[in-house]
Amino acid sequence: MSLTQTAATDSPAIGTPTEHVVGRLDEIPMGEGRTYVVAGVQVAVFRLRDGSLHATQAACPHAGGPLADGQTDVDVLVCPLHLYAYRWSDGGSSGGAGPLRLFPVREQDGDLLVTA
Amino acid sequence: MRGPEFRVLGGRPEGVTSLHVDDELETRSRIVVVGNGMAGARFVEEVLDRGGDEQFCITVLGDEPHGNYNRIMLSPVLAGESHEDEIVLNSHDWYADNGVTLRAGVRAERIDTAAKQVHADDGSVTPYDHLVLATGSYSFVPPMNGVRKDDGSLLPGVYGFRTIDETRAMLEATGRCRRAVVMGGGLLGLEAARALQGHGLQVELVHAMPWLMNAQLDAEAGAILKRSVESLGITVHLDVLATEVLGTEHVEGVVLKDGRRLDCDLLVVAAGVRPHTDVAVRSGLEVERAIVVDDQLRTDDPDVYAIGECAQHRGSVYGLVAPAWEHAKVLADVLTGTDPDAEYTGSRTATKLKVAGVDVAVMGVSTPERDDDEFLVISEPKRGVHLSVVIRDDKLVGATLLGDTRKVAFLTQAFDRGAPLPEERIRLLVDLSDGAAEMGVAEMPADSQICNCNGVSKGDICGAVADGCGSVGAVMDRTRAGKGCGSCKSLVKQIVEWAADGEVTEDASASWYVPGIPLAKPELMAAIREQDLRSVSAVFAALAPAGKEDAKSKMGLTSLLKLIWGADFVPQKDGEFINDRVHANIQRDGTFSVVPQMKGGVTTPAQLRRIADVAEKYEVPMVKVTGGQRIDLLGVRKEDLPAMWSDLGMPSGYAYGKSMRTVKTCVGSDFCRFGLDDSTQLGIDLETRFQGIESPAKIKMAVVGCPRNCAEAYVKDVGVVAVGGGKWEVYVGGAAGATVRKGDLLATVSSAQEVMTLTGRFLQYYRENGNWLERTYDFVPRVGLEAIRAVLADDEACTDLDAGIQRSIDAYTDPWGQDAGEPATPGQFRTSLPLVDLPMVPVR
Ligand SMILES: Cc1cc2nc3c(=O)[nH]c(=O)nc-3n(C[C@H](O)[C@H](O)[C@H](O)COP(=O)(O)OP(=O)(O)OC[C@H]3O[C@@H](n4cnc5c(N)ncnc54)[C@H](O)[C@@H]3O)c2cc1C
Ligand code: HEM
Ligand code: SF4
Ligand code: FES
Repeated sequence: MSLTQTAATDSPAIGTPTEHVVGRLDEIPMGEGRTYVVAGVQVAVFRLRDGSLHATQAACPHAGGPLADGQTDVDVLVCPLHLYAYRWSDGGSSGGAGPLRLFPVREQDGDLLVTA
Repeated sequence: MRGPEFRVLGGRPEGVTSLHVDDELETRSRIVVVGNGMAGARFVEEVLDRGGDEQFCITVLGDEPHGNYNRIMLSPVLAGESHEDEIVLNSHDWYADNGVTLRAGVRAERIDTAAKQVHADDGSVTPYDHLVLATGSYSFVPPMNGVRKDDGSLLPGVYGFRTIDETRAMLEATGRCRRAVVMGGGLLGLEAARALQGHGLQVELVHAMPWLMNAQLDAEAGAILKRSVESLGITVHLDVLATEVLGTEHVEGVVLKDGRRLDCDLLVVAAGVRPHTDVAVRSGLEVERAIVVDDQLRTDDPDVYAIGECAQHRGSVYGLVAPAWEHAKVLADVLTGTDPDAEYTGSRTATKLKVAGVDVAVMGVSTPERDDDEFLVISEPKRGVHLSVVIRDDKLVGATLLGDTRKVAFLTQAFDRGAPLPEERIRLLVDLSDGAAEMGVAEMPADSQICNCNGVSKGDICGAVADGCGSVGAVMDRTRAGKGCGSCKSLVKQIVEWAADGEVTEDASASWYVPGIPLAKPELMAAIREQDLRSVSAVFAALAPAGKEDAKSKMGLTSLLKLIWGADFVPQKDGEFINDRVHANIQRDGTFSVVPQMKGGVTTPAQLRRIADVAEKYEVPMVKVTGGQRIDLLGVRKEDLPAMWSDLGMPSGYAYGKSMRTVKTCVGSDFCRFGLDDSTQLGIDLETRFQGIESPAKIKMAVVGCPRNCAEAYVKDVGVVAVGGGKWEVYVGGAAGATVRKGDLLATVSSAQEVMTLTGRFLQYYRENGNWLERTYDFVPRVGLEAIRAVLADDEACTDLDAGIQRSIDAYTDPWGQDAGEPATPGQFRTSLPLVDLPMVPVR
């Protein structure tokens, strides 16, 4: 069994990226993340307490950990399995794993819009 | 002299012997080493490193009965900071494994250089081809009336400070003694004084010279050191000799030359050392202050060599370990033929020390000697800092750093290798922040020794960083650098930072409770109370630099806020780790494990039936009996958690939290024929009272019905043992995980109720004072059992502890019961990997 294989499901969909409505902002509690399936790809969306939004591949590049279960702040997202910390700025980690694939995300009239 | 309990350090079990090749068959030439100290043992290692076991059969005679240990580390052993087992360098086993014959406890008496034989005090005669004397030094006891008994032995209560046996004797004496006098204000005397003072003795230090460490420091630096030492509470008497020792059966005091009398029941003589030269003298070798050797460490007999402190080379006798190690290297090169022309030309001793808690580095001369020597001094007596350098012909010829050794890397480099000096001399001592390139660790050669205590080079440190050690602490753990005296820590830190190119975990934060808030736990708790901060986000907003959140700090803060506020805590799910968010333990594939509470490890057929039904209904991949005496359902999907809890109808067992987890019990007096008391019931009561209490790290308890200890109470955070007559022993700080430690007996109490009270108080004290993630097995030794007992003996403190733990007990709610019906947040139990078909763990 290889858990890293699950990361393959996160590879970008073929074709030009388009913006999708994935859900409502209030489905994500402050400071937490939730996973959505966007154009066949699972994307974890985070809503930070400073109001900013981030979206990333849902499975950790290290060993497939569920990133939406991680803890985050304005700088990093920490995977719950082995605590690798990925930077929101470029998706890289100090432990050398990654980089995470980041997706553009924004809110409009309470809808969450992810480009994938 | 030695009692039956005398323990050989680095010893091997009795009856274990090593195979010996018959002497007749031995074709290798024979090296005999006299002295099993730091030089002798290092020499043997150096020979083995050069493949010398093929050429030589090595025998070591050592006066001390122990394996080889790190003598320098006797200071922390005396201070109670290191255990003697930690300072073993080579155990008896090591010698056996490497084919080296160690005859420990055997003293060489005389060498017959004509017959090439060593005569020892056990009557043995050992032939050699090459003989190495590494007999080191002994503590010099100046002539004083009354210091010795008629038979020549030291008056009881009087100790030198050179060997582990002396250190053990002093440690043992600290329990009985109250006042100590230390004679000698050099490195050893200061170390001894600080160590004894740390044991609670009242310490007076008597030094015959006008300032402390006069051999290494100038008068001004010595005066600053004196202030630092006095600030520790040690009284210092300078420029005065002790002339008489009082007491007939045991030391009672000393009389100083000026007539003053200092009472004491412990006297440490650290007034210098003298080389052990008696064997050499008796054997007709040339001896002046020490055994005279040439540049190949050879005495005037061509097959006899001397190394370490017993050797005198070009008129110098050294008292430090670094030269001894250079001797060992050169001699190994010569004898093994690795470099038959190797020569030792003397050591430039650059010493960095930590003396009585003060960083000191000295090299070369301490004051200018010639008219055109440049001399630069920075003196800040208030801060205890004194820095000076002496420069001659544009070369560094001396430096003294007291209280601030940050520049030691560059200075050592400049001193050892004559590296060019900056035009602005002041840059030698302070960093001027104009962005000019920093010289220092980058230019040090990889083989420069950084940690003298453990022999770690710059290359070793860089290697550890390359292997993934990401913090100074991790590098220290891996290489043992900085784990001796600690004086090289700042240098280790600089090298790690340089090698990791900035990617290091910041250690300046080591004292902070969590990395994101620059406060230690007590200050943080005070600030939280003062500013009435009840949620994690409120703490960040008020106390973090620029109000910035820090992901890695959230869990610790949640725990602390629950401790402080109890039911008045304002929960925020994002402040919790996933385990606490969903009250289950995350597994490697993102599934969870479910462990229902099973107090004291006692269950019922009905409970088991329900567990079995639930396991089948939810197709649980594995059902496992845990080490904590309950049942674990593993590989559960997050979405299934609430329904499973409802079907189970049992409370959470808290197998996932940094909290009180489980109380193991044995069957006790109700069933066991040895049982002295009802351990099962007490275990259930403890688990009921302290269930789910959050704490700095997990807490595991056990209660057993007699000292046979079937439920392993001796190795629990809190372990309770029935000893009969209604009495219970309470042990704390035990562990049997990656660290194994027997708990310390906190108290013996006379009722189950008292066990409950005492446990609550201990837990609360730990919760309030333990560092985040610090288990009790680290906490108890760090704080000290005596300190904990003192708190528990203080009624007022106990009232507060009782109130504190009660607040948390009152705030307890079963999380499963609470969140099973209604999720705490939207999507609390939604899968985080919707496209992955969980579980991916194997199904059994
Ligand atoms: C408490 C303490 C702290 C120190 N701190 C520092 C420090 O911070 N930095 C530093 O550089 N140095 C320090 N030193 C000094 C350092 O320990 C010595 O320089 C070093 O041990 C010298 O090594 P050696 O092998 O020459 O002597 P030793 O280590 O003393 O070894 C000599 C051995 O020979 C044995 N022996 C003697 N005669 C005979 C005989 N006839 N037959 C058989 N065996 C014999 C002795 O029992 C002893 O075991 C400290 C010393 C002490 C005691
Ligand atoms: C050459 C330079 C060395 C310097 C400058 C030096 C410095 C010091 C200092 C300053 C202390 C006092 C520590 C204190 O009181 O807190 C000290 C103690 C000690 N040194 Fe060294 N040391 C040197 C070499 C060594 C070596 C080579 C070893 C080991 C092989 C060593 C091992 C120790 C140990 C174990 C202590 C006890 C520390 C303590 O009590 O905290 N030192 N050393
Ligand atoms: S610890 Fe003692 S009382 Fe408990 S089961 Fe074992 S033998 Fe019996
Ligand atoms: S799976 Fe994310 S850190 Fe290992």
